[in-house]
Amino acid sequence: MEKHEEHTSHVHRDDEGDKLGMWLFIFTELLLFGMLFLMYAVYRYKNPVAFQLGGEELDVFIGTFNTVILLISSATVAMSITAIQRGNKKQALILLGITLFIAVLFLVNKYFEWGAKIEYGFYPGSNLLHELGHGTTLFFGLYYVMSGIHALHILIGIGLFIYVVHQIRREKIHSTDYVWLENTGLYWHLVDLIWIFLFPLFYLIH
Amino acid sequence: MSETITSKHVSFLEHKGKYKGLLGWILSTDHKRVGLLYLYTMLVFFSIAAILGLLMKIQLIAPGYTIMGPQTYNSMFTVHGIIMIFIIVVPGLPAVFGNFFLPIMIGAKDVAFPKLNLASWWIYIIGILVVLSSQFVGGWPDTGWTFYAPYSFRTPTNVLPALFGAFILGFSSILTGINFVVTIHRMRAPGMTWFRMPLFPWTLYATAWIQILATPVIGITLLLTVMERVLGVGVFDPTLGGDPILYQHLFWIYSHPAVYIMILPGMGAISEILPVFSRKRIYGYKAIVLSSLAIAFVGYFVWGHHMFTSGMSGRALYAFSFLTFIVAIPSAIKVFNWVATMHKGSLNFQTPFYWAVSFIFVFMIGGFSGLTLGSLATNVHVHDTHFVVAHFHFIVFGGTGYSFMAALHYWYPKMFGRMYDRGWANTGWAVFFGGFLTLYLPMFGLGMQGMPRRYYDYLPEFHTGNIISSLGAILMIVGAIIVIVNLVRSARYGEKTSEKNPWGGKTLEWETDTPPTLENWEDLPTVEERPYEYK
Repeated sequence: MEKHEEHTSHVHRDDEGDKLGMWLFIFTELLLFGMLFLMYAVYRYKNPVAFQLGGEELDVFIGTFNTVILLISSATVAMSITAIQRGNKKQALILLGITLFIAVLFLVNKYFEWGAKIEYGFYPGSNLLHELGHGTTLFFGLYYVMSGIHALHILIGIGLFIYVVHQIRREKIHSTDYVWLENTGLYWHLVDLIWIFLFPLFYLIH
Repeated sequence: MSETITSKHVSFLEHKGKYKGLLGWILSTDHKRVGLLYLYTMLVFFSIAAILGLLMKIQLIAPGYTIMGPQTYNSMFTVHGIIMIFIIVVPGLPAVFGNFFLPIMIGAKDVAFPKLNLASWWIYIIGILVVLSSQFVGGWPDTGWTFYAPYSFRTPTNVLPALFGAFILGFSSILTGINFVVTIHRMRAPGMTWFRMPLFPWTLYATAWIQILATPVIGITLLLTVMERVLGVGVFDPTLGGDPILYQHLFWIYSHPAVYIMILPGMGAISEILPVFSRKRIYGYKAIVLSSLAIAFVGYFVWGHHMFTSGMSGRALYAFSFLTFIVAIPSAIKVFNWVATMHKGSLNFQTPFYWAVSFIFVFMIGGFSGLTLGSLATNVHVHDTHFVVAHFHFIVFGGTGYSFMAALHYWYPKMFGRMYDRGWANTGWAVFFGGFLTLYLPMFGLGMQGMPRRYYDYLPEFHTGNIISSLGAILMIVGAIIVIVNLVRSARYGEKTSEKNPWGGKTLEWETDTPPTLENWEDLPTVEERPYEYK
């Protein structure tokens, strides 16, 4: 039988619906990290001293630096949306380029931070943690799990940004159809927001 | 031009798109084809897991070693549970009938995100493959489907792929939930206000919210168990300072609401079927809607009743027991409404109606035994006995399974454009129903006597009950074979029908072609009144 005609007369487009979907997805992310924060609360309550000492082991400088650049990247994403709305493609691409650079920089910092910690023997299953006892083991267990899952989200964000940049260059995302960029921005703000909570919980509370 | 007109009336089953043959199915974003893909996948895995169940019952027909030893038995109930829970009943009705009928029943041409919908099925398949890979490398997992810590990271069996596969299956569930919520919010036909929406979409809506808000919890819990096993991060491992009870809390924070993911869409399907076969308006439409939302909401706060013997404060025990009794009320409201709908109706005894009525029967037994388990004193007595197994199967198999079958027999002619053999369908139902009761009712007694669950062996005084139960299992499997063979055969050889409305239903799916065309509607319908307005 011959191919049936595809009905393309009614191409379905619903930006509000797309954004609603993204918000629902953000709810699931909040629940996912929410459970991790819950575990942090439980174990901090049970091991207050070890968690305090664990926090002092972390490098506040790198943590602060990463917080600042992540906040800047949230701003550049928001600005790129405005640029697209105004039809300024070049400006949007530059701003997304800055965001992408910061995302990579964040991971590079994370790499050095983790590398130093692992070198000193702070990693799950290490002899050092075994000697330091349960509380410290849990602190670093949660530190690696929570900042690790957060770093995974940064990685996914990098993938999304590359896709969005590609779509802008192909004129698929433009001043009248930019919901992909908006949703990527929403996702990036979420990643930023989670870090805003991770940072004080691990680095600052002594 | 003339070709366009003919193609408008080609059913989705015969539609030729970009791809042909099998590819035309597994790459199709048509919500109806995606629904059927889920149906076929579930049929295959249901058969496998049902056979595992039968083998366990044959093992239990006599004390001691009958056909398998303890390790094999442990693996059997684990794999049976993982397949039945994560692959069959959790996606269950939403994935099959939700995908197929939600857009049609609210007067839309597809779900909000058709590509994401197809992606959900693919993620589902990937999850299944990962789960199954645990069967071929390093020994079947033997933890039970609950993966309790610390055994799940101590057992030498290959539990890792099962954990990770269940994690992946969760993604599929979340994406389906997001898709349905957005579809219902944004794509209802003109005139279809919230309270003109049929009840099946309403229950899908409540279910989708649970899928969105509860599934991430199991996701992170399973992921942490994976990390515990691979890296030893310590969060659930008591030798490293972690708390295995915390694992149970996190597990049940998802897995109790998940029971409502399983049962709510089933309740919705029953609420569709009863008015049609009673030729009466549904009794208390709004009460059913609100009680569905209430179940979804209160269902979040009762997880502790799975852990009455695990170690919790007395106050927590009282609270969880009380809330468990509260959550029974919306379900009871529904049963009342269903019975009241049938009262003085013009009853039409057809296969879907038989399944629906037997659903109410087994659901009530399951529900009342749930209250027995929800009260503290009796719970301690029957905790982890066969009583729990019986209760669980009455609700999940009796509830979800019967409503699934009711829905399948109800919507079958619309889905396939063919009719099944009604005689065989009714015979199959009768044999299945008889076998079901013979299989699970004795388990209540065995549990009260003190026979624990998850043991391959038992004391001689439990022999009588186990013989009856095992014979019931064989009878039930015979019934299931009759039902399934009849349905599968009829999809190919059944009597062809293009009648739009064989049962006399009042909801929108009965106004489309049988089977529906690719886009369901030539022109979107306009809705002017509530569903089920029989006059």
